Amino acid sequence: MGLELYLDLLSQPCRAVYIFAKRNGIPFELRPVELLKGQHHSDAFAQVNRLKKVPALKDGDFTLAESVAILLYLSRKYEVPDHWYPQDLQACARVDEYLAWQHTALRSSCTRAMWQKMMFPVFLGEQVPPETLASTLAELDRCLQLLEDKFLKDQDFVAGPHISVADLVAITELMHPVSAGCQVFKSRPKLAAWRQRVEAEVGKDLFQEAHAAVMKVKDLPPADPAIKEKLKSSVQVLLQ
Amino acid sequence: MPLELFLDLYSPPCRAIYIFARKNGIPFELRSVELGRGEHLKPEFLKVNPLGKVPALKDGDFLLAESVAILLYLSRKYHAAAHWYPPELQACARVDEYLAWQHTAVQLPATNVYLCKSLLPYFSGQSVDPVRLDRLLGKLKPALQHLDREVLAAKPFLATEQLSLADLMAFTELMQPTAVGCDVFQDWPRLAAWRARVEAGLGPELPSWPRSWCRDCWSGSAEGVWPGPLPCTLLSQ
Repeated sequence: MGLELYLDLLSQPCRAVYIFAKRNGIPFELRPVELLKGQHHSDAFAQVNRLKKVPALKDGDFTLAESVAILLYLSRKYEVPDHWYPQDLQACARVDEYLAWQHTALRSSCTRAMWQKMMFPVFLGEQVPPETLASTLAELDRCLQLLEDKFLKDQDFVAGPHISVADLVAITELMHPVSAGCQVFKSRPKLAAWRQRVEAEVGKDLFQEAHAAVMKVKDLPPADPAIKEKLKSSVQVLLQ
Repeated sequence: MPLELFLDLYSPPCRAIYIFARKNGIPFELRSVELGRGEHLKPEFLKVNPLGKVPALKDGDFLLAESVAILLYLSRKYHAAAHWYPPELQACARVDEYLAWQHTAVQLPATNVYLCKSLLPYFSGQSVDPVRLDRLLGKLKPALQHLDREVLAAKPFLATEQLSLADLMAFTELMQPTAVGCDVFQDWPRLAAWRARVEAGLGPELPSWPRSWCRDCWSGSAEGVWPGPLPCTLLSQ
């Protein structure tokens, strides 16, 4: 059995892994795990990732969780072009720095923004207090400013002159609030220009393919009561 | 100019870097950044790390933030022994997996317990809120359970058969609430045994953990007022 990637393209880190694997011609079997149907809670999936989260990788007997770990594993195993995760000490450190920072910064605010603006009201039929949403969007704004000022600066890409896994992780995060109607790029020409560069490097078709599912989420019918119950407890944390 | 490490040893990731550098004989200048005096918010430090956080590294003109990035940089530059960050593909992936997961699964909840038990009561003058503390301990529990029941059931250390960066980060994070009276090891025998192995492996480079930590820590700051915004956003989780 070859490489298997357990993904739901509704999830930002899954999109980063998907784009990376496809862009680099890495052969894999896509194993869809539909989060909105609670499939990540199945016993079968627990065998792949006991933490019940996507993305997850299975390579023979070897299983691996965490998108950052998966991206690095794939970079190394498939000997992708150096710029994705450079050998150069300082260039690599810049990528590591972004990948570490984003967990509790951009990732957190992008997930919350998308869920509070769209998923809770539209899919789960739950109203989100306006102050909560306002606070989340303010935090998102703060993270976007740091992305521009501390990471991107006047470079072409997040970690330097060339595209790296950091850009894939960042762009897929930003598309999350975009799918909910947040105008992330509108007043930020620097970020908009960077997005164009990333899309060009990745390939527009692949980029659109990876984002097709999340861009259609706003048109989803409301969840049926069984699904609501299943998801409710695990997503409450996203209201904070 | 030699390598400079900007650290506050009351911060777990700073301790991890300090221990790692000492253990590997990496020559560095310690630049103390006292969080309790708001030194992380001052312009001189923001030039080193615009994110306003410790740890931070300065190597000539090269500036670096984020403890995981700093540990990897030091491992590579100073050719640390292989067990810290193994060259083998799968072993390395296990370390990466822990280092990624721990941000939200361990560091965030463990820090919140520490804030609730020690820092906030000290600065607000109010006693510990037991309901809140209990809730925050509950948020750390899933990680402790996973490490004790699943990860350590299969091997002696968190990522591989040997001490790695994963263990170093985990150790300093889990010692934080423990040092201020919330012993996170008490219900988890494998985790407690792992702690002993890590302490043995790290040896005398380990800084001592004074029991009167919180008093000693904050006694240096003026008026007993925490400078800058209280890290309350963490507690809102």
